[in-house]
Amino acid sequence: MREFNYYRAGSVRDAAKRLGAGGNAMLLAGGMTLLPALKMRLNEPGELIDLAGIDELSGIKLTRKGAHIGATTTHAEVAGNVELRAAVPVLPHAADAIGDPQVRNRGTLGGSLANNDPAADYPAVALGLGATIFTNKRKISADDFFTGMFETALGRGEIITQVLFPIPQRAGYAKFPNPATRYALVGVCVAQFKTGVRVAVTGAGASVYRLTDFEDALDSEFSEVALDGLTASSANLNDDMHAGAEYRAHLVGVMARRAVTMALD
Amino acid sequence: MDATVSFTLNGKNVSAETTGATLLVDLLRNHFGLTGAHVGCDTSQCGACVIHVDGVSVKSCTMLAAQADGCTVETIEGLAANGELHPVQQAFHEHHALQCGFCTPGMIMSAVDLLRRNPRPSEVEVRDWLEGNMCRCTGYHNIVKAVRAAAVAMGEEAS
Ligand code: FES
Ligand code: FES
Repeated sequence: MREFNYYRAGSVRDAAKRLGAGGNAMLLAGGMTLLPALKMRLNEPGELIDLAGIDELSGIKLTRKGAHIGATTTHAEVAGNVELRAAVPVLPHAADAIGDPQVRNRGTLGGSLANNDPAADYPAVALGLGATIFTNKRKISADDFFTGMFETALGRGEIITQVLFPIPQRAGYAKFPNPATRYALVGVCVAQFKTGVRVAVTGAGASVYRLTDFEDALDSEFSEVALDGLTASSANLNDDMHAGAEYRAHLVGVMARRAVTMALD
Repeated sequence: MDATVSFTLNGKNVSAETTGATLLVDLLRNHFGLTGAHVGCDTSQCGACVIHVDGVSVKSCTMLAAQADGCTVETIEGLAANGELHPVQQAFHEHHALQCGFCTPGMIMSAVDLLRRNPRPSEVEVRDWLEGNMCRCTGYHNIVKAVRAAAVAMGEEAS
């Protein structure tokens, strides 16, 4: 890693000010993706602004609107939260599927969303549940948030503060992990709301996306049978040494069915 | 860009001068001479560098020394008390859960974290938990046996 300055921010406002002050600064949350990326010199920031000391960014709260989760809440905290397990089990289930225990002990929700790795788990759940991402400047719906591979709608100087996940009637998340990295080769989140079903896919394409024909089929009947005969298109899917596009398309169908089974369980 | 970091290290308050980009594992090994945490991969895969920060297991190759400022850090060197091996260490010894020993400090620190959360893990739970700890020698069977034996020993000790 190239040398950089380390700064521990005392508040969101402090972090934003520092971020805007030039000096090629980047935000540091759990560091589970950023630090390995810096070791590979994929980025060479002049300063890392650590958000870990900002209490207001961390925590889990359930209200009538849904589950409010602070940006620096770790995967382990989400996975182990008893209230979430009762109200919206798909969230702790997905958080528990990320990486390994040590990664879950430090990695954060906000970090995962801001990074938008094409094979990350949280983007699928955020899009599948139709989450709202709150920043220090505005709120962004998940449908508008994930804009491309490692790209989001976040602007310069914008910091995720919390995420609101609406509570579905039922939901599931099924993932086929890459055996080496534990990232999703393909992961599918299926969520049923009074207003309709949402299906979001990670790992398969350049960025997380919705599968509208699966949504329509599940809207008419929420069961595995409703997906009979439906296949996902392999057009524009990732095609690399881990898996070909055809195989990924096949996995999308399998994971979607498993997610429905989990939702119905 | 030098800064001072202070934290509790195996029960003692310590401070060191460090730079922003210094990794916690490097500070522990090079400055404090605690070479129990190993650097197997430096890419957060192998778990040879696992230590505890504020009571939970973390990969110290993927944490900055500066991030540990104000924290409680425990390494494998702090595990044995009064000249007696920790039950997990003892169980690794008894069950032949190591061959070259390179992965062992990380395995043990990871297992200790598991047993704090789940005092009687099933075999599947142990294997799941050790997802992020690689061993090139043992084939894992004896490691899993040792962790489960340690769970039993610690249960007896507590009762
Ligand atoms: S050296 Fe840290 S995980 Fe391998
Ligand atoms: S005992 Fe050699 S790597 Fe585990």
